[in-house]
Amino acid sequence: MKRRTFIAKTTSSAAFLGLGGLQVDAGSSKSRKHLTILHTNDVHSHIDPFPTVHQEYPNMGGLAKRASLVANIRKENPNTLLFDAGDIFQGTPYFNFYGGELEFKLMSMLRYDASTIGNHDFDNGIDGLLAQMPHAKFEFLSANYDFSDTVMNGHVKPYKIFWVEGLKIGVYGLGIALDGLVLPKLSKETRYSDPYEIATDCEYELKIRQACDLVICLSHLGYSYTDQKRPDDLGLAARTKYTQLIIGGHTHTFLEKPTIVKNGIGNDILVNQVGCYGIYLGRIDFYFEDVDKVGTDVARISIS
Amino acid sequence: MNLKIQHFVIFLTIFGLISCTKQPQKLSQISGKRLPIASSLKVDDSIDAFIAPYRNRLNSVLDSTLAIAAHNISKTDGAYNSSAGNLMADIVYAEANPIFKMRTGHTIDFVFLNFGGIRAPISVGKVTTRTAFEVMPFDNSIVVVKLDGKTVIKLVDYLIESKKAHPISGIQIALDATNRPSKINIQGKPFEEGKDYFVATSDYLLEGGDNMVFFKEAKEQTNIDYYVRNAMIDNFKKVDTLSPVVDDRFYKMN
Repeated sequence: MKRRTFIAKTTSSAAFLGLGGLQVDAGSSKSRKHLTILHTNDVHSHIDPFPTVHQEYPNMGGLAKRASLVANIRKENPNTLLFDAGDIFQGTPYFNFYGGELEFKLMSMLRYDASTIGNHDFDNGIDGLLAQMPHAKFEFLSANYDFSDTVMNGHVKPYKIFWVEGLKIGVYGLGIALDGLVLPKLSKETRYSDPYEIATDCEYELKIRQACDLVICLSHLGYSYTDQKRPDDLGLAARTKYTQLIIGGHTHTFLEKPTIVKNGIGNDILVNQVGCYGIYLGRIDFYFEDVDKVGTDVARISIS
Repeated sequence: MNLKIQHFVIFLTIFGLISCTKQPQKLSQISGKRLPIASSLKVDDSIDAFIAPYRNRLNSVLDSTLAIAAHNISKTDGAYNSSAGNLMADIVYAEANPIFKMRTGHTIDFVFLNFGGIRAPISVGKVTTRTAFEVMPFDNSIVVVKLDGKTVIKLVDYLIESKKAHPISGIQIALDATNRPSKINIQGKPFEEGKDYFVATSDYLLEGGDNMVFFKEAKEQTNIDYYVRNAMIDNFKKVDTLSPVVDDRFYKMN
């Protein structure tokens, strides 16, 4: 047993020192699995790249370019999931003219797996959202919006489990408080509940009851607020135990790299958000190995 | 690290893989980065072809030049008021006041919108219908509400406490060193608490958007059925050049 421990330590320290070749060898074996998570947030109907003369983001973004990037990554690793953290709608005339139809059709063509619902996704009312549902071939996840008394009943799930190469990936969604952001005539009978409580329930269900290998939250709460009463992603991270990645939105926060934070039981987890308008694509790679090769309970996180 | 140790590690790794194939799996490593959607990326032709008919229709409507921006116009170029905010609020006053006067016989005293409602800057150069959609994508209508003087004070307090350059027009507020208003002028005349004022805003804010609860105390309201965006488009058609600047409509005295 002592030798085992020594082996585990040696392999992991070697990998840590950057022997990339070794990692690739190990990755090609069945005992090491590689999952890639790609994500966007707050794309706000930005279908085309920004114009060359744009003062902030000249020539950046665009669905057709995002599509080729995503396709290349899928080619490199077929075990890839693609998510959005809400506010798909509103921001260019594509939305005013076509009501979100093109956004949903293109996300389906890019093979998005799931999205949560942002406050602006209510901008044409709950009826306007329902009208576009036939164009979406991906899941809508929101655990703390209750749509059961609305026309959207049955179109939104609290969470979903994705099976990827034998790995069980549990994903749940969270939305922001509607009061003051979404007019009641638009959200109608949609009911909002405290996201922290719901998150705790969801991650327990996914990690403990359903034994998921990984739990991810798609959040439209916002990255961080000075007002402590407003739930945010950093607050969520500090209150959860089993969620390993929070993909955020709403605050249009351009994180250069994912933030590493301590969760409710002192483990390091990631909170990420890639600004807005499809200018960036977030990429998180998870590697899974046999239990006795991992050595410790906590995964090594490297950020670039 | 020397070669001997490397070989040792390779051996141990292979040993490890053989001996552990049936074990349950656990997360061992995570890496994260962000990837720019840069201009150098290849365009996916099938996606681009799918977008094309939608894009062509939009462009035919949106891209004829209406006016020229003399400089970059932004909502963040001033602490208390901004070039973009002043432009938007001044346009709402200019375009909505004649309609309001025709319908009611009254005139608008001042305009109060929200900072968050300006969704994009205006870049120097040609200004089109598309520009108006970028700045104001929401289908928000202009409404005029009648507020009593006490409610106007609540509005001014909200503005001061928000610490944001919310777009205003027709009202001037000077703050003293303790951030209290030392002067409030409306249409160039000192504010009177006993008087009612006609305030133009958007239906979004009137209905509780941005927690502007003081609007709930409106005595009357008139929706003039005119989108803020359409007021901008109509104004861009009338003027040749846009050159709004940060001014003294809301400022802090030294």
